[in-house]
Parts: sequence; C-alpha cells; structure tokens
Amino acid sequence: MSTTPQPSHIATLERNMILELAAKNRRIDGRNPSDYREIKIEAGVIEKANGSAQVTIGRTKVMVGVKLELGTPFPDTPNEGVLTVNAELTPLAYPSFELGPPGENAIELARIVDRNLRESKAIDVEKLCLEPGKKVFVVFVDINVLDHDGNLIDASEYAALTALVKSKMPEYEVKDGQVILKETHQPLPMNNYPIAITFAKINKTLMVDPCVKEEDSMTTRLTVGIDKEDCVCAMQKGGMGELDVNEIKAAVETAIQKSREQRALIMEAA
Amino acid sequence: MSKTLPERLIDENGLRLDGRRPEEVRPIKLKVGVLENADGSAYIEQGKNKILVGVYGPREAHPKHMVLPDRGILRCRYRMAPFSTDERKNPAPSRREIEISKVIRESLEPAVVTEYYPRTVIDVFIEVLQSDGGTRCAGIVAASLALADAGISMRELVSACSAGKAAGQIIIDLFDLEDKLGEADMPVALMSNLNAVTLLQMDGKLSREEFERAFEMAADACRKIRDLQVEALKERYQVPVDTGEQQTPQEENK
Repeated sequence: MSTTPQPSHIATLERNMILELAAKNRRIDGRNPSDYREIKIEAGVIEKANGSAQVTIGRTKVMVGVKLELGTPFPDTPNEGVLTVNAELTPLAYPSFELGPPGENAIELARIVDRNLRESKAIDVEKLCLEPGKKVFVVFVDINVLDHDGNLIDASEYAALTALVKSKMPEYEVKDGQVILKETHQPLPMNNYPIAITFAKINKTLMVDPCVKEEDSMTTRLTVGIDKEDCVCAMQKGGMGELDVNEIKAAVETAIQKSREQRALIMEAA
Repeated sequence: MSKTLPERLIDENGLRLDGRRPEEVRPIKLKVGVLENADGSAYIEQGKNKILVGVYGPREAHPKHMVLPDRGILRCRYRMAPFSTDERKNPAPSRREIEISKVIRESLEPAVVTEYYPRTVIDVFIEVLQSDGGTRCAGIVAASLALADAGISMRELVSACSAGKAAGQIIIDLFDLEDKLGEADMPVALMSNLNAVTLLQMDGKLSREEFERAFEMAADACRKIRDLQVEALKERYQVPVDTGEQQTPQEENK
C-alpha cells in the first residue's frame, strides 16, 4: 500500500531559503534552473559484468552493472530477448534508506529507467534471440545507488545506458539444436539512446537535476525521456503536487535541448 | 491463449477495433455508494473495465507513528483481481501494481484537503475486477468519487483519461489491444477547474507536436468525464426539489 511519506528532515530555514531563491529563479548552490551539476561518467568499472558504468552527478553516485544470461523468451514475444531492470536503494547510500525488499521508490526508479530503455527500443531485442521461442539472452540491468544527493532517476538512467552501450554479448553458434557460447564477444546491439531529464517544481519554478535538499523542498517531480530523434519516449510525474499545461510543455522543450548534451557525454564516455 | 492479432488498429473509415472514432471515449457508467461498510465507495465501468473503489477514513492510523501532526495521510492500494485479465494474474502484488498505487496516491494528494484531518489516515482501496486497458485512469475517476462519497473535503474532483497513438493517429482512452500494439500510451489526470495535472505518465514514441496534441485531447476528455462524475454524485445525493426535506439518502442509512 502506498502511503504519504513522512516529511523530510530538512531544516525549515533551509527549505524557506530554497523556496525564496526559487521564486527568483535561483538555487542554493548557485546554479541556474536549467543547469546540471557536474556529470562524470566512467564506463567499464566492473570487469566481471558484461557491461558497467558509474555515474556521478554532483554528490550523487550510481553504479549499474549489466549481466547477460541465457533464458527463455516470453510466449507473446518468442523472437525477442528479455530486458529486466532492478534498482536497489542500498542503506549505505542515505540515512533513511532501509534494509529489505525494494520499496515503492526503488520500484518506481527501476520502472522509469526500464520504460526509457524499453519504449525507445534502445536494445535491439530481436538480435538477442538465439532460437525462436526457446533461447534468448536475458539482459539484467541492476542499478545500485551508492550515494544519494538527489536526481537518482537521471543518474541511474545515464549509468544504465552507458553500461548497455559498453556491454559485450557472447558470440554463439547453434549446433543440432544446442546453443554453444563462444569465448569471443560482440557489442550488445543497440538501436536508440534515450535520455531522461528530471525536473523539480519548487515554488512554481521548474529546475533540472534537483539535489536532495531541493527534492525535500519540491512539490512535484517530472521526468521526461527523450530518444535520439528528439521524440518523447517516457514521462513520469511524481510527488504530491501538480503541474500546469505550460509547465509540462516547457519541460518537454528543455528536455529536448538538454538530452542532446547528455547523450553526447554518454557516447563520449562509452 | 494465442489469439490472432488484428491486422490494423484503425480501419479505412477511421474507426478503431471497437468501432470508436479516435477522439471517442468508451461508454462510462458511474455509480456512487455501492458498498455497505466503506465510508465512501464508487463503481466504474468503462468499456470492459470494471473497477470498485472503497474509501475508509479519516480514521485512526495503525501503526500510530505514521501519523502527521498537521495533516492527514493518504494510503492507496491498486490491486488487480486474479480473474481480471486474460491469463490469471498472480495475486501477489506486482511491481506494476506497487508503482500504480504510488502514482494514483500522488494524483489524489493534491485534491484532498488533508489539513482538515490531522493525525488521521484516509485509505483508498481500488479493486480492478476486470481490466481492459486504462484501469489506472478509471480507478482515479472512481477513487475521487468514493472520496467525495465519504464526505472528504476536496479542492476539486480528479478526472483521468489516457491518450496515445495507434496506426499513426492520436487517439484517446486506449483499450488493452491499443495499449499493447499501439505506438504510445499516456495517462493523464486533471483537476479540471484548477487546470492542474496530477498524474502524467507516458510510454512509447511521440514527437513534440504529437505529445502536445495528445495531451490536449486527454485533458478535454478529462473535462467531459468530470461532468459524468458530477452527474453520478447528483444521482446519489440530489434531494428531490418538491419534498423540501434536506435529508440525503446516506444519512437515512446511518
């Protein structure tokens, strides 16, 4: 059951400061509403994974590992490989993250990243099919949040995309109905490079890439996923507030602009 | 199990598989006050969707530590009955249901005046008895009626409808097949009189122009659905003019 969250621990003075600044289009760390914090992308950080990446946005750190396994396809898509995204908000990343099975925030995070990758057809899933209806590659994308200072959605999405672009898929042959995986590898077939851009609505101002204090002060969150053709491929509103039509349209426009910068960063790192 | 899939979602006359035009919403039937024990309840049928919503509260919260001193809290569960789908749905809560419970709660939060109910909880239970696409929107429509039926103060009714794209055309109120085979699906919830969007999700592929058009169509549909919601509430609560008595049917029951 989804429950109204407990209010955050941010000091009232600090929140008021954030709200006051927001009314003047300013932010506590001096950024403009359309500025991201510094983004660092490291690809291939885990040798044992098929692909991996660590993305740092300001003080937020997220690691994503991609593992490929052989599995069976879903009956309604016998010719397609399977994509599975999971996210862990590990307790080492933030004081209020607790042990236990993923809660609604972790599930929502994983499903937003999943939707971006799936709906933009980022992975060419048909090329993951070894034997129609019987054997396909299952792509596990595991998101591991290491340090939480806001905007986990974008950090996770960039890390997942980088890790996928970096991923190696075993070459294989099918002999007498038996699949034999070879020692050699090929890149994971990719079709698209979706980019998530997340906004926080604070005191009627929309700003990208909120830090955790800004998230504690926001009423509404909006994530817009943009694919390589500048089309919208995923959206998700979050938070207890509301948005108006013009805010949403402006967010889509900003997201289209921003996504080009972020995509270039990722392609450079991968 | 393996059904033959339709060749096209929109025919040469511009009609959809169920005979609707692109901007046509499925027939909607709303009924308020359908459960005996719940403080408020509502039932919606939208095409083949059949959804029941029960609201309890404001009431004492258990465990107690979850209450807030200055406002009430909202709890929401969206659940699909195992028999609601073509293939049996495992009764354990799926990740999809957990996410939808969250986005539905967040779509209702801005509407409920929780400041009136400090230290209490309001529970919204959404049971999808039969699903045919667009259940989160239909669930929101019924949930806001059930909240109203429970007498909970709201800034405005929340109305919801999805828009999307199938066979290259922007359509609204997608049913299951259009959602699965179409190019995009975008559920929207709106507080019509405040022009406030309280739920927005999207998956698929829409250009910026398509997105704006789909959004306007969904918002228009929300406004029409709001009229139906008001009608449903009137049907339950309007006192016949000639009697002059100010007693509502619910008060008679209690």
